Amino acid sequence: MQNEEIIRKINQLLIDEIEIEEELITPAAELKKDLGIDSLDFVDLFVIIENNFGFKMKAEEMTEVKTLQDFYNYIINRVNPN
Amino acid sequence: MRVVITGMGIYSVIGKNLAAVKDSLFQGRSGIILDPKRKEMGFRSALTGMVDRPALKGVLDRRLRIGLPVQGEYAYISTLEALQTAGIDQHFLDNHEVGILFGNDSSAVPVVESVDILREKKDTMMIGSGYIFQSMNSTVSMNLSVIFRLKGVNFTISGACASGSHAIGIGYLMIRQGLQEMIICGGAQEINPESTASFDALNAFSIRESEPARASRPFDRDRDGLVPSGGAATVILESYESAMKRGATIFGEIVGYGFSSNGEHISMPNVEGPVRAMQKAIHDAGISPAGIDYINAHATSTPLGDCNEAKSITTVFGASRPLISSTKSMTGHEMWMGGASEVIYSTLMMNNSFVAPNINLDNPDDCIAGLNIATRTTPAEIRAFLSNSFGFGGTNSSLIVSSVNNGRY
Repeated sequence: MQNEEIIRKINQLLIDEIEIEEELITPAAELKKDLGIDSLDFVDLFVIIENNFGFKMKAEEMTEVKTLQDFYNYIINRVNPN
Repeated sequence: MRVVITGMGIYSVIGKNLAAVKDSLFQGRSGIILDPKRKEMGFRSALTGMVDRPALKGVLDRRLRIGLPVQGEYAYISTLEALQTAGIDQHFLDNHEVGILFGNDSSAVPVVESVDILREKKDTMMIGSGYIFQSMNSTVSMNLSVIFRLKGVNFTISGACASGSHAIGIGYLMIRQGLQEMIICGGAQEINPESTASFDALNAFSIRESEPARASRPFDRDRDGLVPSGGAATVILESYESAMKRGATIFGEIVGYGFSSNGEHISMPNVEGPVRAMQKAIHDAGISPAGIDYINAHATSTPLGDCNEAKSITTVFGASRPLISSTKSMTGHEMWMGGASEVIYSTLMMNNSFVAPNINLDNPDDCIAGLNIATRTTPAEIRAFLSNSFGFGGTNSSLIVSSVNNGRY
């Protein structure tokens, strides 16, 4: 899966499943502060990512993920490991 | 401290708001249908009360919505109507200590679905965040207290088919004691096969599947069991002083609450337990049985339960012969919700001067001889009514609500 396609898919899942407003979705947006994603939403993201990308997110790997760009990078690296 | 009802809201199989429900009560309209899915699943009876699931996407944001099971959705709608009729807005709730006490005694679907996911995926992390808040018995009070940002008492009463009645009774006692000025009280009942399968297994449901609207027939000689049902009902209980201060409309005054336990069989009702509950309510109200003009009977359309209640009413009321009907003849048995909804049904009758019919009472059972059961819509001035609710384990609750037009005001 191309990186652009992964990003598009993540954005659409955030809009459809977490109900984030589309205009808030920018790479620099902070997940908690700007998008309002709280600890319970992360639990749902775990399910959404496994169902759509086929791997399990690990909580300890998410500690460095602050912005949406960080989140894109994390998913891209898991989907397309070097 | 006197306790009054200043708001009411209903989401029922006979109407999704007070106006529709009042009309159904007056017309004697049934809300019972046949649910083919239950037959496919192996139910002995596919009869049930039915109401649409409210569409809340776009109404409530996702976090507030995904913790709500279906009975929580019903209760959200009934509570919106109750607050609206009470003239209470979010600003009031944000600035006063308003509580919530709801009757609820199951939440089967989220339990089943979350365990199904676990069994399939073998990973609890695949269950997601909503199911825990949907699956607890306290789901309704838990969710509504967050949605409406309530700051007062907050818990759920589980008392089987008397849950909603006990919730109003406990709310009444808390306000009377001066512990709260306003409490959102009510009852909620899920409608789905998962929650009633094990009840169907007891052979307690009517199997008159060829005539759904005629299946629930309390006190009729040919009744063959209850029909499960559901929805949600909300009343706003408030101290008289607070209601006066706000200039609120008063729908009725809670004047008596009586409770008891049979101390016998887990599912078979007796006569003596309900007698004590009714007598305690009458004593609490400080009136004589003759002061009660209408009884909303618990009568669910089971052979033993209806006759035992008839005997207990005869014991308590003797010659005073108030009008009686079981609205379950139209709604089916709303279980955890019933005690709250039936207070609303009866209050609607009281404020509109009629008694709703006990429909399908074609051939009265011998055991109701001497009782004054309304088989048709009956014009009546109701000074006060008594509402009975009984449940598994022998829990009994009787509430007495008095009219605002009886000279008290």
